[in-house]
Amino acid sequence: MLWNEEFETLPREAIESLQLKRLQHTLERVYATVPFYRNAFQKAGVTPDKIKSLADLQRLPFTLKQDMRDNYPYGLFAVPLERIVRIHASSGTTGKPTVVGYTRRDIEIWSELMARSFGAAGVGRGDVIHNAYGYGLFTGGLGAHYGAEKLGAAVIPMSGGNSKKQIMIMQDFGSTVLTCTPSYSLYLAEIAAEQNIDIKSFPLRVGIMGAEPWSESIRKEIEEKLNIKAIDIYGLSEILGPGVAIECIEAQHGLHIWEDHFIAEIINPDTGEVLPPGEQGELVITTITKEGIPMIRYRTRDITRLIVEPCCCGRTHRRLERMSGRSDDMLIIRGVNVFPSQIESVLMGIEGVEPHYQLIVSREENLDTLEVQVEVNEGTFSDAIKPLQDLSSRIRKEIKELLGITCKVRLVEPKTLARSEGKAKRVIDQRPK
Amino acid sequence: MKVQQISIFIENIPGRLAEVTTVLGKSGVNIRALSLADTTDFGVLRLIVDKIDLAKKVLAEHEFTVTKTDVVAVEVPDRPLGLAEILNQLDIAQITVEYLYAFVERRGENAVIIFRFDNADDAIKVLQDNGIRILSGENVYNV
Repeated sequence: MLWNEEFETLPREAIESLQLKRLQHTLERVYATVPFYRNAFQKAGVTPDKIKSLADLQRLPFTLKQDMRDNYPYGLFAVPLERIVRIHASSGTTGKPTVVGYTRRDIEIWSELMARSFGAAGVGRGDVIHNAYGYGLFTGGLGAHYGAEKLGAAVIPMSGGNSKKQIMIMQDFGSTVLTCTPSYSLYLAEIAAEQNIDIKSFPLRVGIMGAEPWSESIRKEIEEKLNIKAIDIYGLSEILGPGVAIECIEAQHGLHIWEDHFIAEIINPDTGEVLPPGEQGELVITTITKEGIPMIRYRTRDITRLIVEPCCCGRTHRRLERMSGRSDDMLIIRGVNVFPSQIESVLMGIEGVEPHYQLIVSREENLDTLEVQVEVNEGTFSDAIKPLQDLSSRIRKEIKELLGITCKVRLVEPKTLARSEGKAKRVIDQRPK
Repeated sequence: MKVQQISIFIENIPGRLAEVTTVLGKSGVNIRALSLADTTDFGVLRLIVDKIDLAKKVLAEHEFTVTKTDVVAVEVPDRPLGLAEILNQLDIAQITVEYLYAFVERRGENAVIIFRFDNADDAIKVLQDNGIRILSGENVYNV
């Protein structure tokens, strides 16, 4: 269903001329209001008036997650706080989160894009949307919620957790759409099965799933176990939240990125060079309608490619191929962003611990698990068991404090973890692809 | 009067214990007493051997984590209450036993038990004052 037919089917030329106009306007605004951008542009020797075509975008510097941290909390806001009506923060866990602010218009646009996304997933009025994305600082819950209301569907604001109740509500309220992470949907299916409830017989039709990497095989499993169509949605709080891009139910192949609000580029993550359409690389997004916190050439670190071929659904917005990985080493474990360096800093803070460690990420009963393997050396080893057990519980506790996730710590013999030339292989991700 | 023990960190992997004993055996090291304390993930193997420095060296060469600790070898009368009486004396003197394990062989009428104390010197004194025989390293390594 086309929520906004005019804009969703805008001819290519019209999309591009709209993009250029909105880009120029955004650049002028950030140059005037955000010292960070003014300095960065000046350093690169560009002023907004030099941007005459979309290709000129390449002349502008990138914005990194680190820039948001350096300007914590409000340094990248382009409007005074009086105009901000909502503040969210990313799940970023290295010390400070990345903070984003929305004006009233930003919320309206976000709702519009989420409504469009629901429409692309075949959802409309009359649907009952069971929203199990977390409500709170995380953008997922409220993003989907406002979009559902804008759409005119009935939304059940479940948020995450309390899985048995989720199933009861879904069954009793006749939910037709489930919005949550892919792994949580499988978990719900399992809980239902344990209670001998046939979730396949529920009126559920569609799942709108994102916030973590998943694969075709997981999609098949979800579609099978819940008897629904599972649709991939993409977003990140730095850019907007959910609703940056979504698959259409017609093709279920590639996520339409709403190009009247975002400009997508694919770059070589090592050189920063823009790659021709169709080549795989890192996704870079520029927002061209956001007021609160516009982002210029934000490096998402997500690896994908642009699908430029027209889609059978009639939408003219180009598609992003399903994210195939990250250009940095970030892991998403139960929805939490985890950098191996964060675990390393915990280990290095404990005297006597070897700098050799390995992270084993896998999935048990549809929940991500993390095992931290640490080598024992003569400094940490004595002839008794208790000091070793104390060591593992200390590591477990400190990781829990820093990242909020529970892990298993396994002490291993020295030199048993692979040493490779150059970059150590710190992460073994055994989760099904 | 103390005896040196070596301890080896061993992951719970099939065949790992066999590897330790093979490495030692091939180097001509004989095991006199041993104990294995284990958890789900790993174990600590404690050994009294006849050639401790050689044992430590070859194990380190095979990249095992090894440490040396002082323990006390005590002759315990091999009869009912033999061990209980000794432990009672230690208890009265408020000495904590961290762990203990038995020696492989008997010595005359006595068994030999290896103790790890929180305070070895005090423990030795208490035991000797009570007429308990403590074995020296030489006694133990090459019985």
